[in-house]
This record gives sequence, C-alpha cells and structure tokens, in this order.
Amino acid sequence: MLQIKNLHVSVEGNEILRGIDLEVPTGAVHAIMGPNGSGKSTLARVLAGQEAYEVTAGEVIFDGKNLLEMDPEERAREGVFMAFQYPVEIPGVSNTYFLKAALNAVRKHRGLPEIDAMEFLTLVRQKMKLVQMDESLLHRPVNEGFSGGEKKRNEIFHMAVLEPRLAVLDETDSGLDIDALRIVADGVNVLRAVDRSFLLITHYQRLLNYIVPDQVHVLLDGRIVRSGGKELALELEEKGYAWLEEAAAQPVGA
Amino acid sequence: MTTILRTEELTGAARFAADFDTFLRELPASEPAAVTALRRMAIERFATLGFPTLRQEAWRQTNVSPIAQGTFVRPEGPEPVVDLSRLEPLAEGAAARLVFVNGRLSSRLSVLGDLPAGVIVASLAEALEKAPDKVEPWLGQHARFDDHPFVALNTAFLRDGALVWVPRGVIVEKPIHLMFVSTSQGPDPIVTFPRNLFVTGENSQVTLVETYAGDGAYFTCPVTELVAGPASVVDHYKLQLESREAFHMATFQIEAERSCTPSSHSISIGGALVRNDVNAVLDGEGIDCILNGLYLAEGRQVIDNHMRVEHAKPHCASHELYKGVLDGAARSVFNGLIHVHPGAQKTDAKQSNRNLLLSGSAIANSNPQLEIFADDVKCTHGSTVGQLDEDAIFYLRSRGIGVEAARSLLTYAFASDIVERIKVEPVRRDLEELLFARLPQGEVVRQAV
Repeated sequence: MLQIKNLHVSVEGNEILRGIDLEVPTGAVHAIMGPNGSGKSTLARVLAGQEAYEVTAGEVIFDGKNLLEMDPEERAREGVFMAFQYPVEIPGVSNTYFLKAALNAVRKHRGLPEIDAMEFLTLVRQKMKLVQMDESLLHRPVNEGFSGGEKKRNEIFHMAVLEPRLAVLDETDSGLDIDALRIVADGVNVLRAVDRSFLLITHYQRLLNYIVPDQVHVLLDGRIVRSGGKELALELEEKGYAWLEEAAAQPVGA
Repeated sequence: MTTILRTEELTGAARFAADFDTFLRELPASEPAAVTALRRMAIERFATLGFPTLRQEAWRQTNVSPIAQGTFVRPEGPEPVVDLSRLEPLAEGAAARLVFVNGRLSSRLSVLGDLPAGVIVASLAEALEKAPDKVEPWLGQHARFDDHPFVALNTAFLRDGALVWVPRGVIVEKPIHLMFVSTSQGPDPIVTFPRNLFVTGENSQVTLVETYAGDGAYFTCPVTELVAGPASVVDHYKLQLESREAFHMATFQIEAERSCTPSSHSISIGGALVRNDVNAVLDGEGIDCILNGLYLAEGRQVIDNHMRVEHAKPHCASHELYKGVLDGAARSVFNGLIHVHPGAQKTDAKQSNRNLLLSGSAIANSNPQLEIFADDVKCTHGSTVGQLDEDAIFYLRSRGIGVEAARSLLTYAFASDIVERIKVEPVRRDLEELLFARLPQGEVVRQAV
C-alpha cells in the first residue's frame, strides 16, 4: 500500500530524513520508534503533505500513485489520514459540521453521494462510542478547550468517521494517561482491517503493548537503522537507543 | 501642496455654507425656533472647522478629501422608485419599518405594524411639526458638533429620520427597522443627513435596526442619538450596506442613564469611504454597555471605526469587540478610547479589536487609548492584526477540505463570532448568507458551520 524509497527531506536547509526506505503492506500495522529529533514526526508530516518540508530526493508511492505530487486534501481524499501530534484548535468551526464537510469531500472524491444529516448523526454516534467521547465535544469548536486526552481521542474519532486506507498516528500516545491510552488503542484496534494499514509513530514502547504491530522500525538520525518484529520494541525498552546509535555510527560495510 | 489642499477644503466647505440659507427657506415655517437656532450654531461651527485633514489627530489615518472635493447636491423632486427586495427580508417580523428614500420618509414603503400603546415610531420631520415636545428636549443635546464637522453638517442640514419614543415600562418585543436608501438622480451625487432620535423611558425595552444602502455614488451623513432611560434595555444594530461608490460618515451617540443596558452591533460592509463614530456616555451607576462591530472591506475600501466610551459614574461595565476582515488593498482604522472620569470607581471596561488580513496589501490600523482618572478600576484593551493560521489551514486540508474552502471556513469562523451575537434572526441569517456568497467555496462553509 505504501512504499517509501530513498526519501530525503530538508527543513530550512537542514536534512532531517536521509534516505528512508519503508514498505507497509495492505492491512499491516507498522511502528516507527526513535528518540527525539530522529525525524519521526517529519516523516509523518511529509506523508500528510505539510509544505514546510522539502523533499530533496526519493519517492512515496501510495496505492500505486505518487503521493508527493498530491495536495494535502487530495491525499486525505485518497485515504491518507494523519492523527496530529498537536491537534489544532479552530475556534468558531464546529467539530461535527467540519467533520461532515470533510466526510463529504472524501465521499465526493470516491463517487459517493453526500451523506444526509440523519445518516451522519447515526454514524457519528456510533463512532463516538469507539473512543468513549463525550457528546458535548461534538458541538464544541474543533479542539477548542479540549484537554490533551480529549484532543487525541478526537483525532481517533475523526479517523473512525473518515475511514482512511492508511492512518499515520504521530505520537498519539504521548501525554496520555494509561486509561486514555487504552481507549485510544482500543479505538485503533477496532479499526484494524485487512484493507487498512497503520503507521504508528511513537517514542515509547508502551503503546505497542496495546496495539501489537506487525513490524517495528527504528529511526535514528534520519535513517531506519533496524527493522524487526514486535519483540524489537521490547528490546528498545530494555536497552534504550544508545546501542543502536553506536551501531549506526559504524561506517557501512566496515 | 499645503495651499492647494486648503483652498480645496474651503471650496468644499464653502459649498455647504453657501447652500445653507437656501435650505433654511425650504423648511416649514412651523419649525421650532430652538431647532433653527441649533442649525445656525452648527453651520457656523462647520464653517470654522471645515472638513478634517490628516493633520487632525482624530482624522490622521482617514483622508476625507474625496468628500471635501465632492460636488454633492441635496436631493430634489419626487421620490424616486427604489427596489426594496434586497432589504425587505431583513425586516421580516418587524413591529414597524420606516423607509427613507433619499433622506425623506417614504410613506409608500413604510409599514407601521402593531406597536404597543404609547410607542411613537415616526418621521422626525413630521414629529417636529406635530409633536415638537417629543423631539426638542433631546435633539442635538448629546451628539456634540463642536469638534466634529460631520455632526455639525448633519445638525445644520437635518431634515428627516426616525423618531422612536418608548414610554416608561413598555416592552416592544419585535424589532423596529429603519432603512435609508440613496440613489442619485442627476449628474451630481446626492447628500443626505438622516437624523434619528431614540428615547427610551425607564424600564422599557426596544430593539432598533438601522440599515443604510443605495446605488451608485452618493454621500450619507447620518447622526443617531440614543437617550437610554434608567434600567431600559436597548439593542441597537446598524447595517452599513452602502454602494461601493458611496461615502458614509456616521455618528451614533449614546447617552446612558442609571442601570440601563444599551448594546450596539455595527456591521460595515459597503461604502468606498466609511467612518463610524460611536460615542457612549455612561452617566449613571450600574450601566452595562456592549459595543460590538464587524467590518469587511476589500478592493480599495476604507473603513474607520472611532469609539469613545466615557465612564462618568461608578459601577459601570463597557465591553467592546470589533473585528475586521480586510482583503485586496482595503484599509481600516480602529480607534478606541476609554475615558474613566474621576470618581468612576469599579469601572469594568474591556476593549478588543481583532483584524484578519487576507491579502498582503490590506492594512489595519488599531489604536487603543485609555484615559483613566480613577484608581479602583479594571480596564483592559487588546488589538491584533494577523493572517489566517497556517496550522489550522493545514489541519483542515489534511482532513480533505480544499485549500480555498479551508481559508473561507476560517474567515467565516472569525467573522461569525460577531454575527452570531445578533439576536434579530432575519438580520443574522442575512449576514450569514452574505458571508457565504462572498467567500470562495461558500457552499462548503455553509455545510461546515
């Protein structure tokens, strides 16, 4: 579903990603772990289409299409979803109505008719239960005055409504207490499907106790230095990143 | 340079001065002597003041030379036929609707619905003839013209407008609409001087909506005086929907008495060159005054809002929120003065001006001013000038909303903060529709709000 080949990305002249190769098959859940500053969030934002990031080399293929050529809204309509590390507060724009407009934009792109108000309400009520979200948050402006945990749950709620094909979760676990983490993880687990892939970006192994990944990749200094099964996450939890940093410092082929 | 400018000013001002005697002769002989005397004082004052220049503090950011150099004429002849279909829906469910065409009441277009007993909604010209006791004690008592040439000009040339008089204890539940429509007939643009007087008795309640609109080039110079009696509740709305070629120089003067609750929402959308002066004198204890505004300007429009709130007595609150959306090469001025008199303790004054610039060439000037002569007060002010939040745009786009719709949605959200405070439903709806129509991808916005 997602193929990233030799991806190089710079921000204001600094190279952050230095040749990423990654393939996420349809239906798979991959985790990307790494210390602060390793480039994890940059990767997520590049996939979502944030313009501040300059792709200097490489390509990203999503469902056989060149993802990097698409505007952020086109990517969303094609089925890419990013749960933000820091969801943005948007005063004056209602959480529900905005979501309805977003859903209709996606449906239109897929050749589906606009959803009517009653159907939408039914859908929203059902999806809210997934993340145990309070109904009052529906009628408030997007993320405005939401607690940190409510914002993250709202992201998963948006994801559940929009039903993307590829979901990128950018540190959705950070800052969550254990109860909120379980709720978010349960929401994600319910949405796991044979035709939906996930890229979980996280700093901590803990999330992966609840969402068990098919593959774990370690990102260090803009490169994937190791890939493995779910047990790699446990190894990282035990040893930290230092041993990989040392390994990565060795010249290739030495 | 200086000489040329001054000569032109004199020409402009002289034009009005020269017309004054002719104008006086056209007035009904029955006009109360005190009103005529007021006119004479006003024209004298105007002759001394002349049109303002950029060198005057209150006008340094708004150049009125297009008005000073204009060749305006007072409207003549029979009432022209105007199309009211754009404005009519605003007054749906109104208690009364007075329509003024080129400055004079159109009885054909006006409707007096069912007003509670004792409430007067009338043409000021008619009231001056038939019931001067309902006009004279208040007219010109609060809107001062000693330092304001346009108030002076209005006071000298006032002819018609609305008198709304609500007796003590009476509640007018439905809104009263006043519509001012201008359309020039000959080669020269017309000038009108609408003059409104609202007097609300103790413990009364009323909602008033003033709407200004028109076609082509003209100059509207209105003055509205509100004398809000003790404990009265007055909700005032002003919709400035003038044509894009029009000049609009307006003053709204509020004289508030003990424990009253005056609120004003001023929406400025039309006009080429617009100035709204809103002055509130809180002259009794326990007054709660709300002054909100929204201005939308594009192209080369200039919209200036000058606010002056005087806290003269203790225990009063004033809250001002003015928001502006500027596109193209539009310019705005917000000048907000809060003046707290000695002894006006426990004043709670809040003022905020927020501007959203949609283009690189638009300019918003914001000048908050505090003058505080009491020591136990809470006065805050803030002003911002900024662009749409790029993070918010990206967030919306990342959910599938197109870039244009995302921008429109955020712009709408910014403006609707004021629009949704409007309690007169047809007016609020109309403004929402106006925003949808004006914003690119307005249909997506309509769905998302």
